[in-house]
Amino acid sequence: MTLLLISVLLALTWAAITGTFSLGNLLLGFVIGGMSLWVIRLQVGQSQLLQKIPKIISLAALFIYELVLSAFKVLLLVLSPGMHKRLQPAIIAFPLQAKSDAEITLLANLITLTPGTLSVDVSPDRTMLYVHALEMPDKKKMIKDIANGFEAKIIEVFQP
Amino acid sequence: MQDILAYLVGIFLIVGGIFSLGAAIGLLRLPDLYTRMHAASKAGTLGAGFGFLAIALASLDGSVILRAFAGFVFLLLTAPISAHLLARAAYFAGYKPSPVTKVDEMDPK
Repeated sequence: MTLLLISVLLALTWAAITGTFSLGNLLLGFVIGGMSLWVIRLQVGQSQLLQKIPKIISLAALFIYELVLSAFKVLLLVLSPGMHKRLQPAIIAFPLQAKSDAEITLLANLITLTPGTLSVDVSPDRTMLYVHALEMPDKKKMIKDIANGFEAKIIEVFQP
Repeated sequence: MQDILAYLVGIFLIVGGIFSLGAAIGLLRLPDLYTRMHAASKAGTLGAGFGFLAIALASLDGSVILRAFAGFVFLLLTAPISAHLLARAAYFAGYKPSPVTKVDEMDPK
């Protein structure tokens, strides 16, 4: 059921990108989407996607808000004459609670697009995410903010 | 109605332009690659996002709106990955963060 829904979504996405909503093109998108799903069938599994939609929307809303905020902060920083005094870059290790590849990838991407932080690397044992920060007045507070914000939401979405 | 829409499109284009300009200024002013990636990935993404929003509003055509939306989503997916890869590659190629950097917990020393 869930897989069928994803296939339909993929077919609509296909039609949107190619720009023609003809029946033939939708069917082509459906077939290509189905084939892509078949390729990643072991990863997709039987997740309860539908029940998680509110949580996904809440994560997306938080993300858009943080993206706008972060772009504003970067803009203000690079335009301020005293930029070099305010700049306090640092690379810190963030202890990961998230376990799976998908969770870590998503967290790393979201961190890059949010205020003052950029993911640089994951430690080989996948327990630490190295984050570069533009301004870091307080390391403990920064780690707490990420753990309680994005990481908590991502874990809610991914773990049953 | 048509006028309001045209003004909105104009405003979104200008805001997007300001963010893109900010990203470019950031690339020039910031001290090292890592801080520069901040400007390029965040302000650049939002600048292009406002551009897509303006296109969607200007056309008011279902397929164009969907494609603008898809374009923005792909940008959100790919911009952080390229920023992350560039930063990581630079770090392992031996490019040291600028001397103003306070802490470097990746440094094995």
